[in-house]
Amino acid sequence: MAFIPPKETYPGRVYSVSIGTGQKEITVGGENVLSFHSFEGTVPNRPLIAHEIQDVPPTDWPESVQKPYIDVYANPVSWAKYCQDVLNAKAIALRLIGTHPDRENRSAEEAARTVKEVVDSIDIPLIILGSNHTEKDSSVLIAAAEASKDRNCIIGKAQEANYKTIAAAAVANNHKLIAMSELDINLSKQLNILITQMGFDKEKIIIDPMCSALGYGLEYTYSVMERIRLAGLAQNDPTMQQPIMGDVGMYVWKVKETIADEKDVPLWGNTEERGITWEAVTAISMLIAGAEILIMRHPKAIEAIEKMIDELM
Amino acid sequence: MLIIGEKLSIIAKRVREAMMKKDKGPIQDIAIFQWKSGAGMIDANIGPAEDNGEELMEWMITTIQEVVKLPVCLDTTNYKAIEAGLKVHNNEWGRPLINSTSNDPERFPMLELAAKYNSQIIGLTVGKGGLPADAEERAAIAAEIMARASEYGVPLEDLYLDPLVLQISTSQDHALKVIQAVKMFQELNDPPMKTVVGLSNISNGCPKELRPILNNHFLSLLAYEGLTAAIADPHEIAPTVKTIDVIMGRTLYAHSYLEM
Repeated sequence: MAFIPPKETYPGRVYSVSIGTGQKEITVGGENVLSFHSFEGTVPNRPLIAHEIQDVPPTDWPESVQKPYIDVYANPVSWAKYCQDVLNAKAIALRLIGTHPDRENRSAEEAARTVKEVVDSIDIPLIILGSNHTEKDSSVLIAAAEASKDRNCIIGKAQEANYKTIAAAAVANNHKLIAMSELDINLSKQLNILITQMGFDKEKIIIDPMCSALGYGLEYTYSVMERIRLAGLAQNDPTMQQPIMGDVGMYVWKVKETIADEKDVPLWGNTEERGITWEAVTAISMLIAGAEILIMRHPKAIEAIEKMIDELM
Repeated sequence: MLIIGEKLSIIAKRVREAMMKKDKGPIQDIAIFQWKSGAGMIDANIGPAEDNGEELMEWMITTIQEVVKLPVCLDTTNYKAIEAGLKVHNNEWGRPLINSTSNDPERFPMLELAAKYNSQIIGLTVGKGGLPADAEERAAIAAEIMARASEYGVPLEDLYLDPLVLQISTSQDHALKVIQAVKMFQELNDPPMKTVVGLSNISNGCPKELRPILNNHFLSLLAYEGLTAAIADPHEIAPTVKTIDVIMGRTLYAHSYLEM
């Protein structure tokens, strides 16, 4: 008798979420199996990688990941267009890091202007991120949501301390919302419940359970993502069936392994190559754990992950 | 756990009057409330219904399923009423459940109906000889009902074994025996047999303020032993059911789990 491999099937399914508008609209999620397990069920959409850009020059990024953007990063619009037109980005993630009070402390109005300029210059979907300063993000993301009204962006991150205002802004301007909690599956579920109790559509939420870099707690993120996916699929928990996002680049490009110069640690090899590998390994781990959307920085790391997705789909 | 809403019973005055007058309003209100409270099935208890059983069961099922997308548990000793009900039952929302057969030959025709209409059925572990003395006797009767079900062509996964809950105020020692029986029933087959209880019978005859306490705690103990379904007041037991699901690891905990 021929061997028939056992199949794992689940009662639940990840919500399909569409972002962007027109011909460049993209749908993520919709699968009823674990990542890439298309032999057990249906995986209708491939994971999405968004290229990260900033409202201010990325002086805080290591040199090896600044370099690919050195001619364009002075202006967020030229940076966004470069990603879209030259690097064939499928989505852009604009981080309004310049609004952080400890950084340039740009105002909500300035941030909104940047958002408007960027969203008007591209036709691929846009993810709009605050500076992760819960108070400032409330005002910045409201202005940003209005400036990109009806472009079906993803805005965030909404956290326990500020979800009400950001969720309201997402509803009013027809955007999707990132619900972020800090590496705690129960708090992640709780935040989703609180947001839906405001009347926010649970199928318009993206879960960010907080990312981390290889060597810096990646296994915690991995475990939380995997358990979220299993709660959604195996327990059919409607509060845990949203697509998951991994904010990979910002966690990877600050650890010493992506920064240290080859001259200082010759055994670690080429700095840029090492950084790209570090970002790619972290990213593929997130995808296997269950993430549907990744935010990444280095074009070569993104290229490598797109190739891996091609092979796994 | 499957909760079978018990509130549409002829024993309740409001329901009885609505049944007599064929007044859909109260029946549908109660059905909807039970659904919203977490019922996965609605029990329609029309009593022996010797005169107009067929018509009454038909009316109950269509009235309930007009507003609630759930299957119905057909609760009467009247064979013809059950058959009439099964004919109109909308299986789109799940398969019906006959309440009930037992080891009394007079109740065997119910198995025939289950097989004919592809219905699930409750097997009450009593025989002609009166109440079972203990868990072992309940299990022995259960085994006979299982044999009978197979004989009539009812798959064992469609049979829910009911150990018969007795009143704690008069038969205190049976409470524990029922819990033991729920465990033993499951061991009678692989995959385990399904089990069901008429939960509120435990507190029948007790002061009103004690009844929810007895019902909820008894349910927790039964759930721990693997009870599949309970005929109960969904509103009264909802927090317990949700809490059991969290403790048993079937639902992911969140601070607001009771509100979900």
